[in-house]
Amino acid sequence: MSYKIISSQCTACSACEPECPNVAIYEKDGTFVINPKKCTECIGYFDDAQCVAVCPVDNTCVIDNSYPRYQAQA
Amino acid sequence: MHEQRLSEVLQAAAEHKGCGTSSDGGKASCGSSEGPADMSPEVWEKVKNHPCYSEEAHHHYARMHVAVAPACNIQCNYCNRKYDCANESRPGVVSEKLTPEQASKKVLAVASTIPQMTVLGIAGPGDPLANPDKTFKTFELISRAAPDIKLCLSTNGLSLPDHVDTIKSFNVDHVTITINMVDPAVGQHIYPWIFWNHKRVTGIEAARILTERQMLGLEMLTAAGILCKVNSVMIPGINDKHLVEVNRAVKSRGAFLHNIMPLISAPEHGTVFGLNGQRGPTAQELKSLQDACEGEMNMMRHCRQCRADAVGLLGEDRSAEFTTEKIMEMEVEYDIEKRRAYQEIVEQDRQEKVAARNAEMEALEEEFSSVKIMVAVATKGSGRINEHFGHANEFQVYEVGTDGAKFVGHRRVDLYCQGGFGEEEALPTVIRAINDCVAVFVAKIGACPRDELTAAGIEPVDKYAHEFIEQSVVRYFKAYLGRIKSGEIVPVDRGDADIRQGAYIAA
Repeated sequence: MSYKIISSQCTACSACEPECPNVAIYEKDGTFVINPKKCTECIGYFDDAQCVAVCPVDNTCVIDNSYPRYQAQA
Repeated sequence: MHEQRLSEVLQAAAEHKGCGTSSDGGKASCGSSEGPADMSPEVWEKVKNHPCYSEEAHHHYARMHVAVAPACNIQCNYCNRKYDCANESRPGVVSEKLTPEQASKKVLAVASTIPQMTVLGIAGPGDPLANPDKTFKTFELISRAAPDIKLCLSTNGLSLPDHVDTIKSFNVDHVTITINMVDPAVGQHIYPWIFWNHKRVTGIEAARILTERQMLGLEMLTAAGILCKVNSVMIPGINDKHLVEVNRAVKSRGAFLHNIMPLISAPEHGTVFGLNGQRGPTAQELKSLQDACEGEMNMMRHCRQCRADAVGLLGEDRSAEFTTEKIMEMEVEYDIEKRRAYQEIVEQDRQEKVAARNAEMEALEEEFSSVKIMVAVATKGSGRINEHFGHANEFQVYEVGTDGAKFVGHRRVDLYCQGGFGEEEALPTVIRAINDCVAVFVAKIGACPRDELTAAGIEPVDKYAHEFIEQSVVRYFKAYLGRIKSGEIVPVDRGDADIRQGAYIAA
């Protein structure tokens, strides 16, 4: 139920941080990370995951398969 | 104790610049501090000490950028965000990111060390208006601590219309927009995507939105009385011819100055253009385009495409003296009076330089000739020929004719002299960089490069060492005409020159 940021590719540009509707993104040790407990994959807010759309390095914000996909709340 | 250290660095700064003897005047039609004939006094007042808005000022005044704005809202094919933008900053090197508080401290430290630093710009490394909180917080802190420093910013324009009122409220006099096209059909080959209204927009639609926002932003700046410079990256085969149209479009919307810069696209920068083999323009291609646009409006030719954390005169980079670590240790006392006193000396020297040039021009009044030559000059600033050939990391290029000397560009080179020894491999690259010039003016030059330059048809000239650039090149030109008449010289077409692609690394 969450995106994750591949830290080796993150440029720490901070573009994703203010775009996240769940305030799930924060800086840690020089790159940005997503709190999986807060991430909703932008479901319920936007058509596209905001971190993915704004990130300048493709395939850096990706689905974290260790969590089940987020389900919209009924 | 820190007082003593401060005076030492001040002294070092002055010596480094050869200042206290510096001097200057106006560009082209310009005469003195009253400003050029074709510029209103209000506009001249805004630009006269701004090195990025006045070619003439850039010999004397320094600027600094603070890298407080890492995020960007568009993607350009000439940029690789792993590094800073390759085209508007030094390629391959990442700027040190600062918080607004660190940036404010840095500005005070630099302003106290370099009294001719008059301008603080925020240029990235992303887009300042994609980081509005950090950008405006920085402006707020600096305008409070150092009210005599001019604030400016540089943007891609996408968010500009949303922020013009805030920009105005901080008394920002100068805004630069990078505009590479006014036709989305051209723009789709430059911008793969923009982030707009919570979506990634691609292709022609992305370019259409971007150009609409840029034009709207420019019109709003003009209406607000904020001077606007337009930067354009010249990309041969993609927007080179189109930039004449861009020039017309931005002029009609009130842009003050147009800065056409060569594409930098070395493969090692990892940009789309670098990897797909897109070439940059030659020196002559760039100059022809700038000349073609010049009838329409003021052209900037002294841009060094500097880093988002640059410090110093354009063409020099003193950022290494002001790393975050060093600044935090510096105790800084901001002395606005000391800065003013120093700048007054600079002003006197500017006047002196103009007087010298004007006197030289009078001597040329009788002469009429269609001959024009290009000459290269080694200078550390202050408008004088005061750099050794081997120590120059760039040459300034002037076009000289019976109507006077005009600054037409600069050429980066690898240092020829490293630790006292001439680098044999560097010399051919220097010659290629100034191949279109008939002479190179230096403060001093060794025997070996002297012979090789002469063999390549470039005359090394050291007899005007430490004199004013414009006065000297006009005097040289007058003698040059005499040498043509006497048959000593037969003018030849010098051909083209290279624009250096590699990273600009100061020694």
